[in-house]
Amino acid sequence: MEIVAQTVASGVLLGLILALSAAGLTLIWGVMDIVNFAHGDFLMLGMYASFFAWAVLGLDPLLALPGVVAALGLFGVVVYLGVIRPVLRGSVLAQIFATFGLGILLRGVAQFVFTADYRQIGDTMATGSFAVGPVHLGLPQTIAALGALIVSGLLFALLDRTTVGTALRATAEDRSAAELMGIDTRRMFALAWAVGAGCVGAAAGLLAIYFPIFPDVGAVFGLLAFVTVALGGFGSVGGAMLAGVLIGVVTSVAGLIFDPAYKFTVAYLLYLVVLVIRPQGLLGRA
Amino acid sequence: MPRPGLPVIALVAAALVYPLVFGSPAAINVGVLILLFAALGTAWNLLGGYAGQISFGHAVFFGIGAYTSTVLLKEAGLSPWLGMLAGAALAALAAVLLGVPTFRLAGHYFAIATIVIGEIAHTVVRNLDAIGGARGLFLPILPTSLVNYQFHNSRLPYYGIAFGLYALALAATLMVERRRIGYYLRAIREDPTASRSVGVSVLQYKLAAAALSAALTAICGTFYAQYVLFIDSDSVFPLSLSILIALTAILGGAGRAYGPLLGAGVLVPLSEITRIAFGGTGRGADLVIYGALIVLISVAQPGGIAALGDALRRRLPQPA
Amino acid sequence: MTALLEIEGLTKHFGGVLANDNVSFGVAEGEILGLLGPNGAGKTTLFNCITGFLPPDRGRVRFAGVDVTGRSASRLARDGLVRTFQIVRVFPDLSALENVVIGALLRHGRVSAARRRALEVLEDVGLAARSNVRARDLTTAERKRLEVARALATDPRALLLDEAMSGLNPREVAEAVALVRRLREGGVTIVLVEHVLEVVMPLADRVVVLQEGRAIADATPAAVSRDPAVIEAYLGPQFIERA
Repeated sequence: MEIVAQTVASGVLLGLILALSAAGLTLIWGVMDIVNFAHGDFLMLGMYASFFAWAVLGLDPLLALPGVVAALGLFGVVVYLGVIRPVLRGSVLAQIFATFGLGILLRGVAQFVFTADYRQIGDTMATGSFAVGPVHLGLPQTIAALGALIVSGLLFALLDRTTVGTALRATAEDRSAAELMGIDTRRMFALAWAVGAGCVGAAAGLLAIYFPIFPDVGAVFGLLAFVTVALGGFGSVGGAMLAGVLIGVVTSVAGLIFDPAYKFTVAYLLYLVVLVIRPQGLLGRA
Repeated sequence: MPRPGLPVIALVAAALVYPLVFGSPAAINVGVLILLFAALGTAWNLLGGYAGQISFGHAVFFGIGAYTSTVLLKEAGLSPWLGMLAGAALAALAAVLLGVPTFRLAGHYFAIATIVIGEIAHTVVRNLDAIGGARGLFLPILPTSLVNYQFHNSRLPYYGIAFGLYALALAATLMVERRRIGYYLRAIREDPTASRSVGVSVLQYKLAAAALSAALTAICGTFYAQYVLFIDSDSVFPLSLSILIALTAILGGAGRAYGPLLGAGVLVPLSEITRIAFGGTGRGADLVIYGALIVLISVAQPGGIAALGDALRRRLPQPA
Repeated sequence: MTALLEIEGLTKHFGGVLANDNVSFGVAEGEILGLLGPNGAGKTTLFNCITGFLPPDRGRVRFAGVDVTGRSASRLARDGLVRTFQIVRVFPDLSALENVVIGALLRHGRVSAARRRALEVLEDVGLAARSNVRARDLTTAERKRLEVARALATDPRALLLDEAMSGLNPREVAEAVALVRRLREGGVTIVLVEHVLEVVMPLADRVVVLQEGRAIADATPAAVSRDPAVIEAYLGPQFIERA
């Protein structure tokens, strides 16, 4: 029983970070109907940013977090202006092609500049573990998950309580209606990339506290983010949060019950089953 | 039968001349890979380009082809040619079984579902010890002969077979393009609802395209196994292979019969050259150049290389 | 005279909204029926239920004496019941000819035969000169006509036109009206959904008026335009002032 509680708890902790990264992906997807297939590689870049802030500047990853968020947000805008805007006039295929190519490019650059070595942030403010009843939680994992929860809350507040957030949601809802109401949708697109990539930066900075960093680290997390978004429902930030936690728990529990090699497979199967029953995802509109 | 058009004649001539001009084994190898990926891209194009169902899971069918013929050869001594047919049939069946639930999904949802199916298949095969698991399968070495589908003295026979694979995929595409199914597939890509309104059974035609596409892809998988004589889950089931197959077709111009050949003709040499020139460092310089070029091409020419040809043609004076 | 198309007690809800409430009417073979009603009256939903794009909650649809309720849209097209869409749906990247060939392939298995039929239909609707233009490059009026041509190429027994004339200028409307008359002379039964009264009244043999999901009138255009319930409910107060 204790081991189950333990497993579920660590699944929730990972799931919250997954949810935050997926929220960034779904925001862009919802606002402009583009899937960023380089999403996992954005996460990888954010983790390296966090690592070098620590290794070179001696900054604790938690203190570096705002900087990493800002850097990734800026990078998101650069990608939007340099790659995405030019392919908007092309077909969906060209858009897919461009973001896939970008992912390959980023991974190549990371391998070239940072080498394929695994890196780990050594001493951080958050070390050790604590017990809640019978469940032992790692402090780094807990802090990272709490951080993800706080950033997600900020994202909700931004989307729900601010004029800019309302304009973003209006653009996602109905682009031409938003344009008629005087919203500059091109600026909203750039903003979606800034905020979306910023969310990925936050997830990356938090994950970097305890997770090893290497050029391919985005591959699994990127795919999990797509599954999370599709499971949660097109463009639904709330759905992404729910699905993220669900997938975190399912992968942990599956690793306990089955061979750990199959832990992601079980999450993928769950996603396929949900899609067959509810093609629009858990919280997506029909 | 319509007379063979200019592209077909040019193609056959180019394929015959290539090994005469570039005789080295390395160059023949590049030729084999170009034809193999042209065949794979052409097979993908039937489903992705014509019917508009973007699959990032075609490695599943490639892997089914490679593993089916290899396991039948190792366990039952069955000729790889028969194994190839069995693999094609199995892949077509898999395509139909996977298509029934997933073809209800729209756009990106479908694409992501195919990635996920590919990753599940990849993981299962890697952990299935009965068919070699993570260690993979070595093919038994048999004497050089067409019947054995193995040639140890020269790569030219493989080049010939690869040309045959491409010709098969192209012929299938041209037949589809000129028949009712070709019109219906394009209608489905353009607007499934409008297609239904004029009597098109959308699911049935998508399944037909998927089965044909999967069978052709599986045949290429058997070829790969016989060519390399070793297969494992990471070489025949990875997501990167699925993506490369799709990119070959998309780069050349999806939904155009000759597009994938153009795409393979650019992508394969590009990745070979960058790998040979910069891959030795082990630091991913080849990936940098490869990725940068893909981004550049898609930004500069969103319709693929074939669309570039259209744009040029529009600028030239038209014959009266 | 027996009806070619019979709707009986058709009801459709969306959540709490009752889009079609127990609607019944028939369409005789060779008739032009106008289906009128203000926006939101449930006309398009009714079309979707009749043509197999939505399953009705209750009620039956009979076509040529056969109960076809619940049949798929593609099956109904094969049966000879074909519709067009309010927001025009052509195949944008295909040429006008290819668009119509796709319709013609329903009755002609060979592309060459379908092509011949498609060229005839393009000639009939006056688009022959535009057959090699990509559908996305046609004008709105041409795209509407192309959609009708594509439906006609399936050789339907009944053609359901969803606002085929809205957004057209007076000259284009006149051409479209003439086309509908020619179609009927060719033996096609026609149901027109319109809210442009001036178009429907002179063209239709009979008019059914929908309001808030219910059929409130079913009579000749002349009788309907005198029906106080229709004037009150649909035509509105400004009509009463003029009357």
